Amino acid sequence: MIIGTAKETYPADEALLTTRPQRVWMVLLLAGLLVAPFALSNYWLYLACLALINVIAATGLNVLTGFTGQVSLGQAAFMAVGAYTVAYMERTLGTPFLLNIAAGGAIAAAIGLVVGLPSLRVKGLYLAIATIAASFILHFVFVNWTAVTNGNSGATVPPATFFGIELATYGRLYWVIMPFAVLMVTGAANLFRSRIGRAFIAIRDRDISAEVLGIPLLRYKLMSFAIASFYAGVAGGLWAYVFRVVTPESFPFLTSIFLLAAIIVGGMGTILGGILGAVFMTLTPEVLRVIVELASPFVPDAATLLSPVRTIVFGALIVGFLIFEPQGLAEIVARLRRFFRLWPFRN
Amino acid sequence: MSEWLFFLEVTLAGLGSGALLSLTALAYVLIYKATRVVNLAVGEMLMLGAYFFFSVAAGWGLTAWIALPLAVIGGGLVGAVVERGMIRPMLGENPISIFMVTVGLGSILVGTVELFWGTDPRALPAFISTKPLFLGEAYVSRKIAVAFVVAAAVIGVFLMLFRFWRGGVALRATATDQAAAYSCGINVPGVFSAAWIIGGATAAGAGVLLGAIGGISPSMGVFGLSALVVVIVGGLDSVLGALIGGLALGMIQSWTSTYLGGEYTSVVTFGILILALMLRPYGLFGTHEIERL
Repeated sequence: MIIGTAKETYPADEALLTTRPQRVWMVLLLAGLLVAPFALSNYWLYLACLALINVIAATGLNVLTGFTGQVSLGQAAFMAVGAYTVAYMERTLGTPFLLNIAAGGAIAAAIGLVVGLPSLRVKGLYLAIATIAASFILHFVFVNWTAVTNGNSGATVPPATFFGIELATYGRLYWVIMPFAVLMVTGAANLFRSRIGRAFIAIRDRDISAEVLGIPLLRYKLMSFAIASFYAGVAGGLWAYVFRVVTPESFPFLTSIFLLAAIIVGGMGTILGGILGAVFMTLTPEVLRVIVELASPFVPDAATLLSPVRTIVFGALIVGFLIFEPQGLAEIVARLRRFFRLWPFRN
Repeated sequence: MSEWLFFLEVTLAGLGSGALLSLTALAYVLIYKATRVVNLAVGEMLMLGAYFFFSVAAGWGLTAWIALPLAVIGGGLVGAVVERGMIRPMLGENPISIFMVTVGLGSILVGTVELFWGTDPRALPAFISTKPLFLGEAYVSRKIAVAFVVAAAVIGVFLMLFRFWRGGVALRATATDQAAAYSCGINVPGVFSAAWIIGGATAAGAGVLLGAIGGISPSMGVFGLSALVVVIVGGLDSVLGALIGGLALGMIQSWTSTYLGGEYTSVVTFGILILALMLRPYGLFGTHEIERL
């Protein structure tokens, strides 16, 4: 039994992983990520890639919404920016894979800076609505800037090549997407051990107080927007390599809601929450599909019910978690940890 | 001359759809004014109202004059259920969480409609005659004219109610200061319920009118986003703002789609939204809230 975690030095207090079980779980998770491609079927590998991409995008949004308190309903639009950048560079310039992804992230971050500008004037709901507006305007650009985006018919992306290996199968793609996800999630976790991350949290908790404490609000708010958009851009770039065609409908407004739902369900303002939420929300439709398949002998036209049922469950998850478990899955995990730490006593 | 006539016709059509925007915006304003909740599901509640009308009028074969009140009552019931089931438990939570609850609600409503009525667009049974209407020389679609008159009448009634009716005064009192309203004996939870019921009913009514003009489909809730622009520009807590903002945006959208092309409508609409947020974040007629540490 562990009673509390007594820390004697500042580095120990700031460490990413503080307890032994945490380290063990982390090693198990990494081992699982490494073994996955050998154990999973092609379809499940596709789902794994998709989940990891969503993890990246959701973690980015979590930095902005969960840690800085700037609600954004435009994350999907930044994913689209990244995807289009990658598509354009891959098709017309033929630049290498890593450069394309980095450029996707950078351009998304630059646009994120501009979209974040209203955060100077408005916050809360108004900012959320401003980001809705921005994402609709970006959608208009995707449809009409045909020279770059090829309009409604969409831009096709040739398969990525990485050191001469063509990344055409999900198994190979997994090996580039997984390290990206691990790297970017670790990066986000580390961000909150730094001055910048602490400034974000101060702004979230009370922006006026933060300003009084000498935190330049605009700079940090914009930085938060840029970081979130960078994550979205990278996620979108990877997405483009997985699906190999980008259209204006690839990243609908619903995707933004999906990502926000992912961090609500997972737990806002925790790195673990972004991961859990994104994986959970990616896999829920699959679970529903399995249930519908099992029910199909008994229910007529079960297949046609799948899409509406998914929509309802999606909404119900958002509402249910907000009402009954506002801290999300991360809180459930924390409760479990507390249970084992305190056992045999009750909390 | 004919160019002017054409412009006049476009403007009148815009005013007609603008009246519907105003009516929808009114649902936002009512709910926001009383409960400080921006209900992003107004568009979906509007859609549900239109489907209620559809199933009563087309499914049961009843006349529009029975179906319309039933749809409006149905919308009110949905509002009541939502308020008691989802909004009341969230009282005191931060506004963003409640906003997200309504986003989830929108998704539930879309799914429910798809489950019961399918995803295909439908046409509402015609209950407004299609005989053309002429205002001077300008042609106006009769449906749009009817929508305009109904919306204008409803908004007029609301403006009067807020001014003179006890319930309206209670609502304004609750909006100004909940604690003070409580201590004056106003049933604040009752006002919350009433605002959601009336808001739901208004949205349902707007949905029937909108459906009569353009048909119904599970995606017609997007109309709610345009109405959201109206309330942001006009002020989230201003009925007058909803009225003027709706009419103005209706005309602007009509001009844009006629003279620039339909694809520009959303860009102009949301451009106006961003401009308004940058210039007057609390809207033209909204209350400017001052924040203190």
